[in-house]
Amino acid sequence: MELLFNTQELIDRIYVFLTNLCLDYDIPFWVLTVVIMAVVAGIVAGFVAVNTMMLVLAERKVAAHMQDRLGPMRVGFHGILQTVADAIKLVLKENLMPKAADRVMFFLAPIIVFAPAMMAYVILPWSPGIIVKDLNLGVLYLLAVGSIGIIGIIMAGWSSGNKYSLLGGMRSAAQVVSYEVAMVLSILGVIMIAGSLKMGDIVESQKNIWYICFQPLGFLLYLMAATAECNRAPFDIPEAESELVAGFHTEYGGIKFAMFFLAEYANIFVVSAVCTTLFLGGWQGIPGLPIILPPILWFLIKTYAIVFIFMWFRWTYPRVRVDQLMTFGWKFLVPLGFINILITGLVMVIK
Amino acid sequence: MPETQEMIINMGPQHPSTHGVLRLVLNLDGEIITKVTPDIGYLHRGIEKLAEDMTYAQFLPVTDRLDYLAAVSNNLAYCLAVEKLLGLEVPKRASYIRVILTELNRIASHLVWIGTHALDIGAYTPFLYAFREREAILDIYELFCGARFTTSCFRIGGLPQDIPAGFVEKVEKFVKIFPKKVDEYEALLTKNEIWLRRTQFVGIISAEDGINYSLSGPSLRGSGVKWDIRKAEPYCVYDELEFDIPTGRGVGDVYDRYLVRMEEMRQSCKIVKQAIAKIPGGDFIANAAKIVPPPKERVLTDIEALIHHFKLVVEGFKPPKKEVYACIEAPKGELGFYIVSDGSNKPYRLKIRPPSFANLQSIYKMIEGGMMVADVVAIIGSLDIVLGEIDR
Repeated sequence: MELLFNTQELIDRIYVFLTNLCLDYDIPFWVLTVVIMAVVAGIVAGFVAVNTMMLVLAERKVAAHMQDRLGPMRVGFHGILQTVADAIKLVLKENLMPKAADRVMFFLAPIIVFAPAMMAYVILPWSPGIIVKDLNLGVLYLLAVGSIGIIGIIMAGWSSGNKYSLLGGMRSAAQVVSYEVAMVLSILGVIMIAGSLKMGDIVESQKNIWYICFQPLGFLLYLMAATAECNRAPFDIPEAESELVAGFHTEYGGIKFAMFFLAEYANIFVVSAVCTTLFLGGWQGIPGLPIILPPILWFLIKTYAIVFIFMWFRWTYPRVRVDQLMTFGWKFLVPLGFINILITGLVMVIK
Repeated sequence: MPETQEMIINMGPQHPSTHGVLRLVLNLDGEIITKVTPDIGYLHRGIEKLAEDMTYAQFLPVTDRLDYLAAVSNNLAYCLAVEKLLGLEVPKRASYIRVILTELNRIASHLVWIGTHALDIGAYTPFLYAFREREAILDIYELFCGARFTTSCFRIGGLPQDIPAGFVEKVEKFVKIFPKKVDEYEALLTKNEIWLRRTQFVGIISAEDGINYSLSGPSLRGSGVKWDIRKAEPYCVYDELEFDIPTGRGVGDVYDRYLVRMEEMRQSCKIVKQAIAKIPGGDFIANAAKIVPPPKERVLTDIEALIHHFKLVVEGFKPPKKEVYACIEAPKGELGFYIVSDGSNKPYRLKIRPPSFANLQSIYKMIEGGMMVADVVAIIGSLDIVLGEIDR
């Protein structure tokens, strides 16, 4: 029980135990490194898969209850296995490729969308010590990886050989480029205060007070920019169902479609987790109150709360139009982001 | 340098937001539409031609299939036209019940409209809220005539039967809760910044253009023209009931048409409330032995009734040689039936004037001025077209 709260020590003990094992049995250290990497990768991949499935189910349940209905109820208790069933169905489907498609690009696109979504999980600080790799440039890495996925979306839109897909891909490119700027500006304030790009450090420095108290504007800006980054409603114009049928993934089916779908939910989790880390104190409990939950639970509770907000947005708001989206990004979010940085800088100088 | 080209995109007939099988050929410059060409006819069933080979009574169920979201209104317009042709007086009681059912039908049709219109603009939730209330209306129809969707719930001369027990209570209950539900939809949309930006100053049509394009119904009233057939040429008992004609804020954009329909739902509710309190006693169907089939008990006991029954079922009635036009304010606008009778038991020619067909034409005007793909969807939604009556 103690170890659940002090995860740093848990990790250290495991590492010491494994090192001793290597020494005792004369195993070279590179074997240990490879094994650890493989196991960690497996854990991350497993988590992403299971978590996304649960998020899909959660979305359906949230939507259903907001709309005065029950949602999936048949597969398992309250439909808990519904997404598993859906995933199996999607995997078993025939792998179709449209005649007009660019075969290589069409095949690669879902992979290029999905891989960066997984890569972002590397720097999420779950709990003290539980982080795949606490990079020095954590936040920068996150932003860099986050914008790779868009290439996949453009590829999907272009290679499908469908005009709706093409429009979706183009919209997506414009959107992500603009909102990337707003997103960077919104989190710069936090980085300035924390003085580090390392996720672990940022969490540590929020021991006494969460950054949402210093950066309320930054938090709101991040929330809006992140919604657009994930192509979520009300900014879901790349796949605007009622205009572009399904946008860039109109022509995709089966496992390839599933990968787009999983990537979307994986991304939602990542942006929520980053939001938790940067603004809500990460795995730390509420400052000033006794720690009653293990850090990992704190982290998950906060993250899922943010995820819920994203879902809430989606089932409440209509969709903005593509030009309004750009106007909103460049004329509203970006200037406010600059103002936020300016104020943060001024306050820091005065102090 | 390569020349820039316009992209031609085919919206429909299979598309989530063309409300059926409408096909629009859009010329796009980037996302901006330079030209729109509607292509209709994918749902053509030759209903007008069918009428020429059916007796007047037989054709009634076919009218359900015109604007299938407002089957009751279609029934009413057809019945009124045939009654006008015959010079038949409908009992007051039947007229009141007809008004109640058609106004409920207007609410049901507008509920489908608000649901799909919001869905087109990207708000998912109002759709299910609206369908929840529509369900209550369909239950009322089920109670009245057994059918929910294609009701055929009127007869030439009146109604097929008197209102069943529990009908009045059920309608009263619905009328009581419904205004609160409209508030609920409005809470989600009317003041929503995104909704305003998507609908205001989109798809504008002036009052003059509206009249020239023969717009009617809520789409015309959205442009500020106070034209409602229920007031202009009252039919049934609308002249005995009190209600207002909403006209929006006078811009003639998608938002105005939205406001008009929202207010119309409240007004319809008001009409139903008055009508249900005022239903008079009397017959539910006209007493005209040569036109209205006698009740079954009399057919089995009375030789004269049996003969009438036989003649009406086998041959139908023969109206005088005449041409009539009767129209009503259907949920979508002016719905008219023009009947040419040659004195036989079947119409020589039956022409339907469906509101959606005329309203759809104005899309040319509304699309002017650099509208985008997303706006087309909003405009189609705001016109509230049903392909069943456009193609017929």
